[in-house]
Amino acid sequence: MNVKELIKQLELEVLAGPFDRDISGVYVGDLLSNVMAKAKAGNLWVTIQGHQNVVAVASLGDLAAVIVVEDFEIEAAAVQRAQEKEVNLLRTPLTAVDLIRKLIELGF
Amino acid sequence: MQEQIILRNKIAKGDFSRGGETSSNLKEILRKLGIKSDINRRVTIVTYEMEMNIIIHSLGGEITVYISSEQIRVVAEDLGPGIDDLERAFQPGYSTAADYVRDMGFGAGMGLNNIRHYSDQLEVETGKGQKTKFTAVIYL
Repeated sequence: MNVKELIKQLELEVLAGPFDRDISGVYVGDLLSNVMAKAKAGNLWVTIQGHQNVVAVASLGDLAAVIVVEDFEIEAAAVQRAQEKEVNLLRTPLTAVDLIRKLIELGF
Repeated sequence: MQEQIILRNKIAKGDFSRGGETSSNLKEILRKLGIKSDINRRVTIVTYEMEMNIIIHSLGGEITVYISSEQIRVVAEDLGPGIDDLERAFQPGYSTAADYVRDMGFGAGMGLNNIRHYSDQLEVETGKGQKTKFTAVIYL
């Protein structure tokens, strides 16, 4: 599945994007060094972090999209940087666990 | 090919707004040089962690990246204040980062481990009150 289809399926809020990306899997975490080390290219990254360094990590890791859960605040600078770097920056009111349930239902 | 510099960037203390910029530039340079994506990924992770360490823990510093036909060498040098207990600093989960830094998802005590894990060779020169120099080598 690609990011555009996912946005439609889960009614995600789009803060930057949507840029065409295929999704290879999912990584969940709020510690940036762990994400750097373990998330794989094309992964969706589920987190509560909404600052601009998140965009740097997503861009460096070639991640398909960042999904900020529980409607956590996302800095304006993060949105701007995501647009510049063509990183899909998405948001949902769901908790991480509820989002993951839906992602599993979609076959991830 | 003789070793040559492909990137040199100054990094300011506490400048989170530019965090990842050096590693991001490097990634693009390596891509243009035709470096394989798995090597690029390793070099980028090592450089990112060094970059964030300078921003979070040091008084400022500089990262220089060299390439030859055999290897890529990433050198991070800062102005201090040095790492007190290097062995402890490498322990997973150990960090001296401030609370506001941890709240951003940094300072989880994984950075130095990532650097060691993704480097083929790593050398650290440091000490209390001294400058710190990390030299990481990744073979091509």
